[in-house]
Amino acid sequence: MDFLVTHAPILIVALPLVAAFVIPLIGIGRAGDRGRNIFSLVILGLIVFLVAILAENVHAVGIRVYTFGATAPELALPHGYMVPVRIIFEVDSMSIFMGIIVTTVALAALIYSLHFMKGQTGQARFYSLMFLLYAAMMGLAFTGDMFNLFVFLEIASIAGAGLAAYRTNMADAVEGGFKYIVISAISALLVLFAIGILYAQYNVLNIAALAYYMQYTPLDMLALGLLAGAFVIKLAGAPLHMWAPDTYTVAPAGSTPMILAASYMSMYALYRVTFTMYGGQIDTTAIGWIVIIVGVLSMFIGVMMAVHQTDIKRMMAYHAISQGGYMLLGVGVGLAVLADPVALANYGRDAMNGGIFHIINHVFYKSLLFMTAEAIFFRIGTRDTNKMGGLARNMKWTTAFYVIGALAISGIPPFNGFASKLLIYETVLKFSPVLSVIAMFVSLVTLASFAKVFYAAFTGPELPAFREVREVPKSMIIGMSILAACIIFLGLFPGLVVDNIVAPATDALINHTAYVNAVMGAVP
Amino acid sequence: MENIAHNFPFVASALLMGVAFYIILFKKNLIKLIMGIGMLSSGVNLFIVALGYRTGGNVPIYTDVPEGLMVLSVPQALTLTSIVINVAVLALMLTMVIHTYRHTGDIDSEKSRKLKG
Amino acid sequence: MLSKIVRTVANQLILFILIFGLYVIAHGHLTPGGGFQGGAVVVSGVVMLMVAFSSQDFKKSLNERLLTIMESTGALIFAALGFGGLGTVFFYNFLVGSPIFGRIPPTGPGPGDFWTAGFIPLMNFAVGLKVIAGLSAVILAIALFARGEEMEE
Repeated sequence: MDFLVTHAPILIVALPLVAAFVIPLIGIGRAGDRGRNIFSLVILGLIVFLVAILAENVHAVGIRVYTFGATAPELALPHGYMVPVRIIFEVDSMSIFMGIIVTTVALAALIYSLHFMKGQTGQARFYSLMFLLYAAMMGLAFTGDMFNLFVFLEIASIAGAGLAAYRTNMADAVEGGFKYIVISAISALLVLFAIGILYAQYNVLNIAALAYYMQYTPLDMLALGLLAGAFVIKLAGAPLHMWAPDTYTVAPAGSTPMILAASYMSMYALYRVTFTMYGGQIDTTAIGWIVIIVGVLSMFIGVMMAVHQTDIKRMMAYHAISQGGYMLLGVGVGLAVLADPVALANYGRDAMNGGIFHIINHVFYKSLLFMTAEAIFFRIGTRDTNKMGGLARNMKWTTAFYVIGALAISGIPPFNGFASKLLIYETVLKFSPVLSVIAMFVSLVTLASFAKVFYAAFTGPELPAFREVREVPKSMIIGMSILAACIIFLGLFPGLVVDNIVAPATDALINHTAYVNAVMGAVP
Repeated sequence: MENIAHNFPFVASALLMGVAFYIILFKKNLIKLIMGIGMLSSGVNLFIVALGYRTGGNVPIYTDVPEGLMVLSVPQALTLTSIVINVAVLALMLTMVIHTYRHTGDIDSEKSRKLKG
Repeated sequence: MLSKIVRTVANQLILFILIFGLYVIAHGHLTPGGGFQGGAVVVSGVVMLMVAFSSQDFKKSLNERLLTIMESTGALIFAALGFGGLGTVFFYNFLVGSPIFGRIPPTGPGPGDFWTAGFIPLMNFAVGLKVIAGLSAVILAIALFARGEEMEE
C-alpha cells in the first residue's frame, strides 16, 4: 500500500499509456470486443483507486514530489547540485483537484461510450485515443516541468483532434477536428517559444526552479504574455473562442466531455504559470483586471450567441464558453486583490474558492448535458431543435437528466451550480457591483435559452416520425447517472466539498513558496 | 555589424516566424495554411537550437571536456522532441484536408465551410 | 509503377538504406542519431519502394496487421523498460553496472564503446521499431486514400 502511494503519480500516467497500446493487440486477437471493454473498465477502475489514495495522501501529508531516474523518489536536488536536473512530477492540492475532476468524467464517458460505439469501424482507435487523452490530461495536472507541460499539451491536442474528427463520413466532423488541431498547433508553438525565452535566461526548465531564480526582466514579461495568450486560446476565452463551438458540436459519444476537460486543463496551466511561476513578482492588480475582462467578455458573448442557436449541441458549446467566463471572473477577482491582505481575507479568498468550485460543477453538469444531446442524436439522428418534439414520452431518463443539467447550469438550488454562483455573486459584489449585475443577467439568459430548448424538444405533441423511438441503452444511462449523482451530492453538501477539496487548492495557489520549497529545499 | 553577425540566427528565426504568421492570417488555401504552420515550427526550432550556442565551445560528447566551454546540449533534445511532435501534427492536418476535399470538392477555406453561426 | 530500371535499382538500394538506418538507430548513444532519426531513414527507404512500385501493389504484399503489432510492441518494450526500474524509481537505469550495456566509459575523447549507457540503446531500438511501423502506416494510408481506396483496420 505504501508502495502504491509513493509511486502513484507515475502509475496514474503510465498505466493509461500502456493500456492505449495494448488495446489494438487485444482487438486483433481472439478476445475481440468484449475483451477490450472488460480490459478498459478494469484499468480505469484501478486508476480511480490510485487517484483516491493519492488525493487522501496529498491532503494529509502535503506536496508530493516524484523524480524520474534518481535513487529515491523525493530526491529532486541531489547532493552538491544547485538546480534540479531530472524530470519531476509535483502533486499539490490544485493538481489533485483537477485530477479528481478528470477521472470522474473519464469514468462516466467510458461507460457511456461502450454501447454507443457498437457498429462503428476502427473502434480500437477510439479507445486508444480516449486513454491517450486521459493520460495526457493527468500528466498535464501532475507535471513540475515546463517542457513536460508542452509535450503533454500537444499529446492532448492530437488525441482530442483525432477524437473530434472520428466520424469521417460526415463533412462537418472533419472541419471541426481540423480547426481544433490548427488552433492547438499554433498555440503550442507559442508556448514553446516562451519556454525557449525562459530557458535562454535561466538555464533551468523546472517550474519551481524558475520561480526561485526569476527576476522580472522585460523578456520575462514577453514570455508571460505569450504563455497567457496561448492558454487563453486553448481554453476558449473570448475573443479567441472561435474554434470551440465547431469542435464541441461534432465530437462523438463520450469524447466531448473529455475534450471539454482538456480545455479546463489549459486553464489549470494558466493558473499554475501566473500564480506559482511568476508569483510575487507580477503586478497582480493589472493582470487580475485583464483576467476579469476576458471572463466578462466570455460570459456575455457566449450567452448572447447561444440564445438563437437551433443546433442543440452548438448551443451547449456556447454555454460552455460563457460558464468559463464565470471561473475566470472568480479567480481574476482573487488575483486582483492578492497584494492586499485585508481585502484578500475579506472576499478575495472566497472569490477564488467560488471560481475553482465552479470548475468542478461546470465540468459535471456540462458533460451531463452533452451526453443527453448525444443520446438524442443516437436515437433520432439529428441535432436540429426545429425538427424535434415530444421526446419526453419515450425517453424518460434522458429528459430527467436534461432537467437536472439545465437547472444546475442556471444556478437553481438544490443543485451544485447554485453554491458556486452564489459565492461568485457575493464576493464580486464587494469588489465591483457592475460585474455582479452582469453575472446575474447572464445567468437569467442561460435559464431562458435552456427552457426554450426544453419546450421545443421534449414537451409538446408526439411527432409521427418519432413514434417508435425508445429509450437509450443501459450503459449510456449508467454513464449519465454517475454524473447526475455527483451533481446532486455536490448540491446538497457544498460545504463539505469546499472545505475538503476546494480550500486546499486555493491555498496551494495563493501560497507559492510552499511549491518552491518542496523542490529547492534548503538551498540558500 | 558585429552585433548582427553574432545574432544572425535569431534574426533569421524572427523573419521565419513573421512570414509564417502572415501566411496563417491572410491566405485562404488550406494547403498554404499547413505550410505556414510548418514554417512557424521551423522558426521556433531554429530559435531553440541557436540559443544553446556558446562562442568557441566544444562538442558536448566527451565526458571530461579538455578545456573551455561546451555548447549546451539540452536545447538539442528539446528541438528533437518538437520536430517529432510537429511531424505527427502535420500528418494529421494533411489527412483532414484530404477528407475535406473529398466531401466538398474545394480546399478554399471560405467555400468549404459547413458550420456557421 | 515506374520503369524497369527504377524498379531494379530500388530493389538493390533498399538493402543499403536499411543497413544505414539500423546503424543510426543502434549507435544513438555514441554518435548523433537514435530512435527517431534512424527510423525516419528506414521509412524513407520504404517510401522509395512505394514510389517505384505502385502503392496498390505494395499493399497487396504487406500484411497490415504486422504494422499494428510492431507499433504496439515497440511502445510496450519502452514502457516495460521504464517499469523495470520501479524497485527504486520509474525510469531508473537498472542496467548500469550489469554485464549487458553496463560499462562506464572512461573520461576524455575516444572512439566510444558500444556496450555502455545502460538501457538507453534498448530504448533506442524500441523507439526505432515504433517509428518505422508508425510512419510507414501513415504514408501508406495517405497514399492509398488519395487514390480512393481505404486501408483496413
